Amino acid sequence: MTVGNTGIPVREELVLERIDRVRRARPRVREDRITMSHGAGGKATRTLIEAVFLDAFRNPLLEPLEDAAPLAVGGGRIAMTTDSYVVSPLFFPGGDIGDLAVNGTVNDLAVAGAEPLYLSAGFILEEGFLVADLMTIVTSMQAAAQRAGVQVVTGDTKVVERGKADGCFVNTAGVGVFRHDRVLGIASARQGDVILVSGPVGDHGVTIMLARGGLGLEADVHSDTAALNGMVAGLLAAAPGLRAMRDATRGGVATILNEIAAAAGVGIVITEDDIPVRTEVRGACELLGIDPMYVASEGRLVAVVSPEDAESALAALRAHPLGQDAAIIGAVTGDAPGIVTLRTAFGGTRIVDLLVGDPLPRIC
Amino acid sequence: MRFVDEFRDADMARALAAKIVALCAPGRQYKLMEVCGGHTHTIYKHGLEDYLPQQITLVHGPGCPVCVIPMGRVDDAMALASEPDVIMTSFGDMMRVPGSSGSFFDAKARGTDIRMVYSPLDSLKIARQNPDRRVVFMAIGFETTAPSTAMTLLRAASEGLRNFSVFCNHVTIIPAIKAILDSPDLRLDGFIGPGHVSTVIGCRPYEFIARDYGKPVVVAGFEPLDILQSIYMLMLQLAHGRATVENQYSRVVPWEGNGVALSAIAQTMELRPYFEWRGLGFISQSALRVREEYAAFDAERLFAVPGVRVADPKACQCGEVLKGVLKPWECKVFGTACTPETPIGTCMVSPEGACAAYYNYGRFARQRLAVVSES
Repeated sequence: MTVGNTGIPVREELVLERIDRVRRARPRVREDRITMSHGAGGKATRTLIEAVFLDAFRNPLLEPLEDAAPLAVGGGRIAMTTDSYVVSPLFFPGGDIGDLAVNGTVNDLAVAGAEPLYLSAGFILEEGFLVADLMTIVTSMQAAAQRAGVQVVTGDTKVVERGKADGCFVNTAGVGVFRHDRVLGIASARQGDVILVSGPVGDHGVTIMLARGGLGLEADVHSDTAALNGMVAGLLAAAPGLRAMRDATRGGVATILNEIAAAAGVGIVITEDDIPVRTEVRGACELLGIDPMYVASEGRLVAVVSPEDAESALAALRAHPLGQDAAIIGAVTGDAPGIVTLRTAFGGTRIVDLLVGDPLPRIC
Repeated sequence: MRFVDEFRDADMARALAAKIVALCAPGRQYKLMEVCGGHTHTIYKHGLEDYLPQQITLVHGPGCPVCVIPMGRVDDAMALASEPDVIMTSFGDMMRVPGSSGSFFDAKARGTDIRMVYSPLDSLKIARQNPDRRVVFMAIGFETTAPSTAMTLLRAASEGLRNFSVFCNHVTIIPAIKAILDSPDLRLDGFIGPGHVSTVIGCRPYEFIARDYGKPVVVAGFEPLDILQSIYMLMLQLAHGRATVENQYSRVVPWEGNGVALSAIAQTMELRPYFEWRGLGFISQSALRVREEYAAFDAERLFAVPGVRVADPKACQCGEVLKGVLKPWECKVFGTACTPETPIGTCMVSPEGACAAYYNYGRFARQRLAVVSES
């Protein structure tokens, strides 16, 4: 027996097409001031990047908006990236702003397919910040750099008046080298490809939300911040059909899947039951009314792999300590280009869209 | 995960769906309204409509607290927030609701001190921590959230706080349901009754719907199986020609409601003679205000609230959507001028709003994925 809606009224289809056209239109920032939504990694962030930064700096290297830019230098290829860290609180279960700043930039290079080598470190410090705290942060940066096999080779320090920053902001830039001539990129995802995630999602975001206090919630969760370059090397070697990788930071897995669908002009179908989420993380998200698929991880990647290499890619991820809970969560389809659909655990289907801004807790 | 997964079991859903199909009379169309925005959210988030036959249409009702706030009240709140020394606090859902000069988020970016809280008690805490500031809590919601506002008023009074007040926008569900029943352009077969509201008011207030209007009501929980079972219970009543109030959510909803919560509301708040609802217009005795005895905590008495009535934007058809007359995608501006990033109407703002739920979760041609329900 078929239980389900088949055939929809023609008018609804016309409306859907109209919406699709609107969504493809050139983005424009409507607000006259920056709001917190512009930094949340969702639609507002994308609009800001495309309408302001890309518009001003437009060039073929920047245009793909990948995590790192591949550059031809002296007969070889290097990758370059930068990232700023403003996490609050600065210290949280599982890490601090220091190892986050190293791992995040290492990961942006690694998921581009490059071997991370050198980092810069820029500090913006607020008047009155404790030197002991700065020592702790720098010590954990150095430890993270050693674990990842990279060196901090240049840096910068600025101090601003009390109230002009929130303790300590860190910027890191990174350079890596490509040891192969494979070209990775989310635009190369195609029908039939398989989507993998390297472990449970949302640990970092939920840890931070709980560490900020104010929710009156406690759970045994800690940030998953980790350098992924070791695991990526194994994945690159095991899966020649690897098309692209992204680390699932701000905006979570849902945002990355939407970026892949949009860049490659494909549809993506994922299965809720297959997405690994820790029980503690799921519980916190249920209580807050937010979806773990939009919550940040700092040590997880999403990979797009050709179907024939899916199993070997999964085995390569699982062979690494950071990827033991890796899973295949979905596939790339030819239907509904640009749209990510989810088969829910309940057995229904729905869209997984970009959020406008931060996921806001619901009232009731 | 316990207490969650049991209520999302796909096998049980398939079994229930088959029973629902069996209850459909050939050739008859059924229109069932889920009153509560929380239900709308669940229906779309879990793809529940995939289990329903074409003969059953779910109509999304007015029970979304943010959606029914008229623009004038948002402007009033904005005016309050710009008074000297004020810290405005509200639930996250309110932050993106557009007033005539932008939302709380926009005002925050312009330097107005607006803070998101998870509970009105958090506002009280902010008031204690900032004795030289005046903290206002923008209270919104149906009877679900009114008790927590009432408790906050009681606590503020017992602590003798002098810098805390409530901008009260609480509304009551029954007048809204009655307005819909009396609306000539809508013919409904039954109601999926609000769950959380009923934990407070109980099931008895719905009896007039069955008695006077001959429509069945099933008070429902918020997990997808709760809703599917409630649809089954409604279909069973319709098949047998019955119209009564039934309680599917008995694990949470007591038939007589919560006496303690009701008396806290009664102690601190009273019915307004009338209140404007977004899209529905003025409805008499449909909202609550702070009682005279608690005037010291009533922002409307403490501040000069402009109280200007602002007409809804012309293009916006939120009223028709809230009454269930229009499906979200039937609104003229849906998805083009009005999107979650540029909402014109409130239904596009709240995750419980029908338009936002449809846009974020349901905006695709279902037939493309019909295979899902066949497997």
